[in-house]
This record gives sequence, C-alpha cells and structure tokens, in this order.
Amino acid sequence: MTRRVTVRTQSISLRLDMRVLGLLGALGVATLLALTLSVGRGDFPIAPLEVLSTLTGAGDEATRFVVLELRLPRALTAVLTGIALGIAGAIFQDLARNPLVSPDIIGISAGASFAAVSLIVLGDTSGVISVPLAALGGAIAAGVALYLLAWRGGVQGYRLVLVGIGVAALLHAGIDYVFTRGQIFQVAEAYVWLVGSLNARGWEHVWPLAGALAVLLPLALALGRQLEVLQLGDDVARALGIGVERARLALLAVAVVLTGIAVSAAGPIAFVAFIAPHIARRICGTVSPSGVLPVAAATGALLVLSADLIGRLAFAPNGVPVGIVTAIIAAPYFLLLLRRANLLGATG
Amino acid sequence: MTEPLLQTAAVTLAYDERVVVHELDLVIPQGMVTAVVGANGCGKSTLLRALARLMRPRGGSVLLDGASIATLPSREIAKRLGILPQSPLAPDGLAVEDLVGRGRYPHQTLFRHWSAEDEAAVESALAATGTSELRARPLDELSGGQRQRAWIAMTLAQETEILLLDEPTTFLDLTHQIEVLDLLDDLVDAHGRTVVMVLHDLNQACRYADHIVAMRDGRIHAAGAPGDVVDAALVQDVFGLQARVIDDPVTGTPLCLPTGRRADATNRRRARSTGPDPRPSGAEADRQA
Ligand SMILES: Nc1ncnc2c1ncn2[C@@H]1O[C@H](COP(=O)(O)OP(=O)(O)OP(=O)(O)O)[C@@H](O)[C@H]1O
Ligand SMILES: [Mg+2]
Repeated sequence: MTRRVTVRTQSISLRLDMRVLGLLGALGVATLLALTLSVGRGDFPIAPLEVLSTLTGAGDEATRFVVLELRLPRALTAVLTGIALGIAGAIFQDLARNPLVSPDIIGISAGASFAAVSLIVLGDTSGVISVPLAALGGAIAAGVALYLLAWRGGVQGYRLVLVGIGVAALLHAGIDYVFTRGQIFQVAEAYVWLVGSLNARGWEHVWPLAGALAVLLPLALALGRQLEVLQLGDDVARALGIGVERARLALLAVAVVLTGIAVSAAGPIAFVAFIAPHIARRICGTVSPSGVLPVAAATGALLVLSADLIGRLAFAPNGVPVGIVTAIIAAPYFLLLLRRANLLGATG
Repeated sequence: MTEPLLQTAAVTLAYDERVVVHELDLVIPQGMVTAVVGANGCGKSTLLRALARLMRPRGGSVLLDGASIATLPSREIAKRLGILPQSPLAPDGLAVEDLVGRGRYPHQTLFRHWSAEDEAAVESALAATGTSELRARPLDELSGGQRQRAWIAMTLAQETEILLLDEPTTFLDLTHQIEVLDLLDDLVDAHGRTVVMVLHDLNQACRYADHIVAMRDGRIHAAGAPGDVVDAALVQDVFGLQARVIDDPVTGTPLCLPTGRRADATNRRRARSTGPDPRPSGAEADRQA
C-alpha cells in the first residue's frame, strides 16, 4: 500500500504512515494559524504579520509586552495542555479497552480538582504548596489509589473503569463538601478554577508544562509500541514478549502525570481528553497507537487553543473560560457519536 | 542425551482454588505435530497456556531446552515460542495487515521496527494463510473464518520454532481447515518447526498429528502415535462416546465413527413407513459386541 513509506539504513528501519505525517503537518499549520490569530486579537488588536515580526524580535515596547508577556504564554499554555490531554485520553481509552473513558470519568482530574479546591478554599494559597502543585499531587494520588484499588493479580481494563468511576464519585462528593465549608469569596475562586480557564497564564505556567512534556511526550510515544501489542489482550501481549503488568503500570503512570500537569496548568478542561482521541482515530483511519497518539496530541492542542480563542472573541469583552467552550463543542460531537452507534446498531 | 525442546515436569495448574491440571509430565516431540485432544473443560487450553508461560504453574515447571521458562527473559521466549489463544481480542477497526505486523514485535526495537525480514515474514504469513487480499480490511468486518486466518498469520509472522495453537480450525470451512492443517504440516516438514495444537476433530488429529495426547480430567490418559493409542476403548474413556474405529481409507490412520442413536432412529422410521427391516443397525451390532 502506498500510504506507508519504509525508511531503512544500516542501524534503523522504520515504517512511516504518510497519512499520519500529513495530518500532523496540517494540524501543526492550523495550530500555528490559530496561535497567530489568538495572539493578535483582543482589546489591543495586532495584525497577524506584526505578531509574526514581534515573535521574531521586532516591534515596539508596548506590542512586545502584549505579545510576549500577556498573550503568547496563554496561547502556549493552551497548546501544551491540549497535547497532554490528547495523549492521556488516548492512553486511558486503550488501557480500559473502552472508548468512553477519559481522565475526567475515572477520577484522575477529580483528584487534581479535589486537592486544588481544598487548597483554595480551606488552605493558604500563598504557602509553599501552590495550586498547580496541589493539583498535580492530587492527580497522582488519585492515580495511585485507582491502581491499588483496581489491582487483583493485575489490573484489568473493566476494573479500571468501574473502580475509577467510584473514585471519581467519592472525590466529587469531597469537592462538594469542601465548598460547604468555605467562605463565598474563596468558593467563587475555586469555581472558576474548576471550570478550566486560561486567564492570566504566564511563562511560569508554560515552562513547567514544556519541561514535563519534553520528557513525557517521547516516553508516551515509545510506550505506544507496547500499547499497540496490549491492544491484542494480555495473553497475546505476553506471548509476544511484553511484561504486561509493568507496561500497563508505565502507561498508566505516564497518562496520570500528563493529566496532572495539564489540569494543574489550566484546571480540568472538560472533554478534550475524551474527544481528541476519537477525532484522531477517525482521521487517521487506524487504531494503532503509533498513529493515534501523536495525532490525538495535535488535535488536543488545536482544540484547546481554538476553544480559548472562541471563548475570548465570541463572548467579548469579558470572555468565557475555555472549559465552557470545550463542553459546548463536545455536546454535539457526543450526539453525533451516539447517532452513529445507533445507526450501526440498527443495521446490525 | 540432549534435553527435549519442550516438556513439563509434574506441572500442576489451577485457577484460584480449582486445580485443573494435576502433576502432568509431558514431552513434546521436536520437529513433529502434536495434537492435544479431550472433552470440553478437561484442561487442554490451560495446558497450552502454561506451555507458553501465559499462566504460572501452581507446582512443577515447564522446561524449554531443559531450563524453566519462568526464569527465561520473556522476549527471548517470544522469539522461540508463539501461541494462538482460543479466543484472542483485537480493537475494533484494526486492519489485518497491522495485526499480522504485530507478530513481529519480539524481533523489533524502537528504531528498527520494519526491517526487510519483518516485511518478508509478514508477506509470507499473509500469503500462506490466504489473507493477502484482506490486508487492508478491518478485522471486525471479516467472517469468523477470515478472522481466524488473520490470527494464524499473526502467529506465523512471529517465526518461532515452536507453535502452539488452540483450536486453529474452529470457524473455518472444510477447505480452509485442510489448508491450515496442510500449512502447519509444511512448516514442520520444510522448516523443522514443532507444532502443538488442540483439535476437536479426532479424525483430523489422527491424520495430521505424529503424536497424540489424550487428556481426561486434567491428566494424560494416553499419549503416542495415533495408530497406537486411538481405538474404541480410548474414545469411550476420553469422550464417553461409543464409536467404531476403522482404518482411514485415505491415510490408513484411525478413523473414528461415533455410533450415536441416529441409525436406530432411521431404522425405526423406515420400519414405520415400509414395515420391519430385518437388517440390524450398526449401533445395535456394536452394543451387542
Ligand atoms: N479463567 C478461568 N478461571 C477459572 N476457571 C477456569 C478459567 N479458564 C478455564 N477454567 C476452568 O478450567 C477447566 C479447564 O478449562 P480449559 O479451558 O483448559 O478446558 P479445555 O479443555 O480447553 O476446554 P474446551 O474444549 O471447551 O476449550 C474448566 O473446568 C474451566 O471451567
Ligand atoms: Mg479450550
């Protein structure tokens, strides 16, 4: 078939999926366009060309400040958050063998939220532990709890889902409880955080995200090869020489931390981790993680960035948080999926 | 004397508390086809899974070249021993070609995942199973038999010297059953592979196996060349079935003809419509004997 191209030298031999590469290119260009647009629009409009020239070092002081200090870090946070959520969602869905799973549903985001909300409402946000750090810690703690509770001589996909739903329910109850204990001012602040927002994100949000992704992204893509084999079930994976439990634990850990850093940077932005892998599978025309993981990352980035842009432009001057826009985008997609499932069901 | 390629030493297999296979000693003859037969639930799949270290024995061990497979690196075993489980899983939408390619996993690394050998192995596995034309089709849109052949191709692409197959011919039409069995025969003949398969069709087992292992309740009831071990008594003991065993007119191997009650019923019906038929049925003759 022509969509695959083989590259062989002395020490490497790779097979590249041209469709996946093409999609990554197209999504990359689209993201760049959205980024330019996002950085240009606002109370202080800047023409796209001026944005580009400012990014390459030109421009006056005021423009430079608006572009480099205010808007670029926000847009980059959106891109990086989307990458992390897209990959995390794809990994969770494959591990659970269930395309309806996402970190929101199995309690990872809820762990981050519970920790962050507790800190905002009951704690001291100016202390050593910042809200992002609390959120990351909460996600990891929820991931560990999920793994231990689901473990029964190994972690089966369906147990991951059932136990995860339980963990999520418990944590949401915890969040509600925290709200009843707080002052109205802190509760309001926590609420805004819970929706998922990119307001006032600066370089202090970008750098940790970028650093973590520099490690986690290659790791996730490398583990994608094991995920590919795990898709064939534990028996076949073991027969093909994979340490099944170890591989699953590594993948789970990577997905949990990816979720954790995304939520800690922008709050639990709804549905991105759920939808990005779906779109990726659809446009890739394959279910192989080697194609789906990178495309889900690129899709997630474009999704979060455009949702933030829409939230700022369509609801100017105050804008709405990005999490509300992603939820609005997700609703019709959900219905579309359901319709497709119904059609399939009807025709056998 | 050299160590047998694959054998079990007093292996005991259990699910939770239920012991399914009891202290079983088995030597798999190298470079031959071994067929495991027995009634439903007697432990055939369990034994095969243990041979491929998919489950850990409760007691005893499985030895590959005399070394316990529990102590060997998983990837090294995967290069030498492949298994097709009874009901494998695949995600919806997975293309046949991608499934077969995954059989190459133990031979690949991150940056060497599509060598000329990989490509050749996948192509010949597709060709051997007649799935080349199906390569781009998603697995979940194939017929049961086509899917089974794709899975067999995945196992072949692994290119292991030992092949374990759990009911490789289920879902296949008669032509494809014979094709798959002939293919396995060729692998043994031309490449010196060792094949162990679970078969439900005793006659096919007798034809294609050099060595038959008949299991009953988690124990080996009899093992040996089909001509030596398969007779009416064995069929009665292992399957609880009355049968006549004759020589297969094509291959000379044992051919099992279950008695059943069908002949009696035919006779009764014929008697009802045309009056009494003096001929005794085969079944009655067997029972009188
Ligand atoms: N995962 C499992 N958990 C518990 N018991 C099991 C499990 N798998 C099999 N068993 C039990 O172990 C026994 C042997 O099962 P096994 O699958 O080995 O039988 P088999 O000989 O392959 O049967 P069949 O011809 O139906 O495939 C059966 O009694 C079965 O109920
Ligand atoms: Mg079985």
